[in-house]
Order: sequence, then structure tokens, then C-alpha cells
Amino acid sequence: MDSDDDFMSDVSSQDDFLGTQGSEDESLGEDFDDLDAGFSDDKDLIKHKKKPYEVEFKVLDPPDIEREQLGQVNEVCAVLGLPPESVAILLRFGRWNKEKLIESYMEHPEETLEEAGLGSNFEGTAKTERVPGFMCDICCEDGEDLETYAMRCGHRYCVDCYRHYLGQKIKEEGEAARIQCPGDGCNRIVDYKSLDLLVTKELQGRYRELLTRTYVDDKENLRWCPAPNCQYAIDCGVKNRDLRRIVPTVRCFCKHEFCFGCSLNDHQPAPCKLVKMWLQKCEDDSETANWISANTKECTKCNSTIEKNGGCNHMTCRKCKYEFCWMCMGLWSEHGTSWYNCNRYEEKSGADARSAQAKSRSSLERYLHYYNRYANHEQSAKLDKDLYLKTEKKMTSLQSQSGLSWIEVQFLDTASQALQQCRQTLKWTYAFAFYLARNNLTEIFEDNQKDLEMAVESLSEMFEKPVAELAELKVDILDKTAYCNKRRVILLSDTAENLKNGEWSFNVEW
Amino acid sequence: MGSIKRISKELTELTESPPEGITVELADESNVYEWKVIMEGPEGSPYYNGKFLVKLSLPTEYPFKPPTVSFATKIYHPNVTNDEKGSMCLGMLRADEWKPSSKIAAVLQFARQLLSEPMPDDAVEGRIAEQYKTDRGRYEEVAREWTRKHAS
Repeated sequence: MDSDDDFMSDVSSQDDFLGTQGSEDESLGEDFDDLDAGFSDDKDLIKHKKKPYEVEFKVLDPPDIEREQLGQVNEVCAVLGLPPESVAILLRFGRWNKEKLIESYMEHPEETLEEAGLGSNFEGTAKTERVPGFMCDICCEDGEDLETYAMRCGHRYCVDCYRHYLGQKIKEEGEAARIQCPGDGCNRIVDYKSLDLLVTKELQGRYRELLTRTYVDDKENLRWCPAPNCQYAIDCGVKNRDLRRIVPTVRCFCKHEFCFGCSLNDHQPAPCKLVKMWLQKCEDDSETANWISANTKECTKCNSTIEKNGGCNHMTCRKCKYEFCWMCMGLWSEHGTSWYNCNRYEEKSGADARSAQAKSRSSLERYLHYYNRYANHEQSAKLDKDLYLKTEKKMTSLQSQSGLSWIEVQFLDTASQALQQCRQTLKWTYAFAFYLARNNLTEIFEDNQKDLEMAVESLSEMFEKPVAELAELKVDILDKTAYCNKRRVILLSDTAENLKNGEWSFNVEW
Repeated sequence: MGSIKRISKELTELTESPPEGITVELADESNVYEWKVIMEGPEGSPYYNGKFLVKLSLPTEYPFKPPTVSFATKIYHPNVTNDEKGSMCLGMLRADEWKPSSKIAAVLQFARQLLSEPMPDDAVEGRIAEQYKTDRGRYEEVAREWTRKHAS
């Protein structure tokens, strides 16, 4: 299968671009399209050309996902000639890998059916029955008019017990795809026809919801939008192994932008793996340990940790009474009379201790350099947002003061969104840069980073102006917003291209 | 739900034709959900000659929810907690494994079988399981000693 390679090479090709445009047209609707065909085509050509950092994806709602499942069930039904409710069980068992499932079924039909929790009996339709002389093995009720049900495995129970059992599985245990026959030791899976016959409409709905959930979980090309209470899923072809070369940011109908690879909030340009390492590092206590090693020294004799709290270099370990020089870590007695002024830099006894210390210190400084900038953008994004929310309230007053219409003050909203997005990107450029090895590419990257940062800061500054002045700044803000967005596109495009072509070199293995 | 009917039926069957080494009765005649089970240590096991009091509790949702089984008599066994609870972790008693058509008789027989053949890989007492695997003689010795002290 070459589909993945296709995907990778397609990213910026003409074909893809046409594909994107096609889907845009669809969403606009045919009528609209016909209305101003010639003109909009030219405009779209510039506007919708896919950027190197953008990926193809589709947003699905639950009915779409159900239709997709049904389509696949029907497809396999046609090939295998089995009833759809059984094929659905087979497909769930095979995690929706149609080709593999059909192959396995063709080679070992009986084993495949057995493992999937299906018998080889496909006779009969799902219906409840009254059986003379029957006693339910679960509740021990009997009686002439007891309605009973059995799946094709023949384990028969009264409808009440069956219903209760299914209700408990679905509602309490959240189970759907793997509900077995209530019979002791029977591994037959309850099919949807049996279920629909026995349980209430409400439970049927819940059952389908659960099945849809497992479907999305099973499929590599599907992922739920992680936003709270969002019901959409994203369909995207980026595979796990592509994540070294691509950062697949997707945007849900609910407007949430997240990474299809790891479900975290959009973290372009940094790849998932580096993001994970970075977050781990920031969270990790090892950085505290790092501080300790940069700001304290260890007694070379007993290894007690010592923080220098006075001016004198003549250290006496409180614990083992070892006397040494703080500067060179060498034995104090070797210093002779040069007290308070260590000139013994070349001594071997101190050199080893010093180099370990220096290394740790510079690595900490490097980390802090990137971390402070990363954290600053995160913090500033929050502040920008707070400021915008306050401004939004004042926008009404702006409208009356300056005579601007509601539409006309929307530039602030646009600017605010641009600020948020650019800061998000900037934040991750610092995590990304932390792991970059230095070369020419890094310098170009840092220039791009600097340009975006300067643009963002000056836009942010305009935002802080008194509300009364904002109307006059409208053109400036609009210009700056456009400039910020442009710089962001340049930075992301450049980074994504290099990532795709494997041009970056990193200072860590990942 | 006919849970009382089902429980009474199982109780009758178990009292009329009890499985080997197992006798059951209600802990309190007015409550069918709490059972007192006397389990005899199986022959060939270090628990032989011991009589163990086992408590079987049925949830109100029985048989849709599994019963719980615990040893009231102290027992030295990898699958029984070595505390005042004497809890037992049986695979078939896990909520997702339990089937409403599974029977108490089968549960008790399975529990007794576990006395003959402990399952150290599913142990609740890791230390005893370790000993069972590496020093069988010592394990049997202690189990026999505890049986003599607590279960006779």
C-alpha cells in the first residue's frame, strides 16, 4: 500500500490543491458557485492554496460516522454473504480492517467466526417466543405466557431477564461491542437485531453511541475532538509514523484547533514527540535538581550538598570538617598563603569538579532561556485575551463615541484572534528551538521567530491603548494584524517544509 | 425481578444435594442474601481436616451482579487476603466476567478447588504466592499450622 506516501508527497502538490478547492466549492453550495464562478475561482486560487503546514481533514458528526460503519458492513455483507448483524460483529472484532478480516474468513471461516463470538449458525430471525414448559434459568420463573428470547446459540431466557442484563451492560458498564450471551460460559456476542428487539429506544440510542465510540477508537484515521462536550470526530490520513515529519493541526466545527497526532492543543511548529518531551521536562522535578547542582556544590569528601552563604572561599564542611576552596574545589591546605584569592585554576583536583558544575549550569541557563520565553507567550496570550474581553465590553461605547458600526469594530476581534494564534505558535517555537541543533537553518528560523515576535508585541501594545484611541488606530491595527498573520504563515511554512524533508537536526534523539 | 425465587431455588438445591465438602445455610433465617458456608479443606491439600467458615453475600441485584466470597476463618493462602476481611478475588466473580446464569454452587466449588490448587499469578497476598512458588514445603507447613490453629 502506498497510500501514506501519496499523502506525504501530496501535501503541497497541485492535485491536492484542486482537491481542497473541490471541497470548498461543495460547502459553498452549487447555486452560489454558479453565481460568480469566474471571479471566485481566481480569488480562491490565492486564498485556498494549501500551506505546507496544513493537512487534509474532514469533520464528521455522529450520523456521518454511523453511515460510514453501515457502508462498510454492507460492503462486507456483499462479499461474505452473511447477515449484516453478524458482519457488524465480525468487523468490530477485526477492528474494521476489512481486507484482513475477509482474508482471515476465507482461510479459516469457522475459527474466525468462533473467535469473533459468532457461531456458524445463521438460520432464523430475531423474535421472542413463548415456549411450553420453559423455566428461565436466571430468575427461575415459569408460566405459560412467559415471553422468552434466545440468540442463535440457543441459550434461552425470559425477556425480562434478558432486558435487565442488556440494560445493566449498556448503562452501568458502558459496554456495547462485547456484550456476551447471558449464558454461563457462552461467548456469543449480542447482535444489534437482538438488542433492538429487546431494549427501549433510549437504550438503543445509547448502544449506538457506544458502538460509534469504539468505532472511532478503533480507526487510525479518526479521532474525537477533545473539546469538552464536542460531538464531532476528525477524519485525517496522517499516520502515527508520519508524525516525525508533519504536525497535523486540525480545526473542528466547534472551532477548537488541536493536533490530530496527540489531541493536545495546536502546537505547530513543534512535532508531537518533542512537545511531549518538553512538557515532561517542564513538569519534571529534575529541573529543581538542576538548580541545586548549579547553585550548590558538593563536598568532595562526604558529598554533602553545600550552598555558599558568605563571602569567604575557605569552606569547612559542616558534616565531615573537610576544608576546601569554593572556587577551585581543591584542598584548602594546598592553597598556602593565597587565601581569599584563589589562583589555582589549573589544578587537577579542582578541574573535574568544576567542569561538571559548569556544564550543568550552562544547560540550566539554556533551558531557562527557552522556558521563560515559552511561558511568557503563554502568559501574555492569557493577558491579551483578558484585555480583549474587557475591550469587547467597551466596544459598544466605542460605537457610540466614534460613530463606528458594529461591523466596523470587528477589527478588534480579528486582531485578538490573530494575537492568540500567533502567541500560541511563538510559544511552541521556543520549545522547538530548545531541541534544535545549531546550523544555518536555525538562524533563518530564529530570524523568522524574531520577526513574528516583534510584530506580535507591537500589535499587543496597540491593544493596550485607551478605548477612545482605538478607533483612530483601526487602520494600523488592521495592517499589523495582517502582518502578524503573514509572518506566522512564513514561519510555519518554512518549519514544516524543513520538517517534511528531514532538514532539521536536533540535539536529542526522538 | 424474581431474585428471591432464584436464590431460594439455589439454596434448596445446595442443601438437598450439597457438593463435596461444602455445607450451606442462611446466616439469619430472615435474610436470604447472607449465607454461611462451611468448607472442608480438600484431601491432599495442607488445609485437609480444617473446617473453614466462608461468608457468601448476595447483592440485591443478584443474579445480575456477582456474589462476594470471604473467609471468616483465618487461612494462609495466596488468593485470600491475610486480614480480618479474608477477601477472595475470583475471576468469575468480577462484574464483567459474571453471567447471570452462573450458579452459586459453581462459585463455591471453584473456591474449594482453589484450596487444592492456588493460583499464585492472581494472588492477593504476593508474599505467600512467592513462597508458594519458590518454597512449597515451607508454604505447606505454615498453611497446615494455621489450619490446625484456626480451622479445627
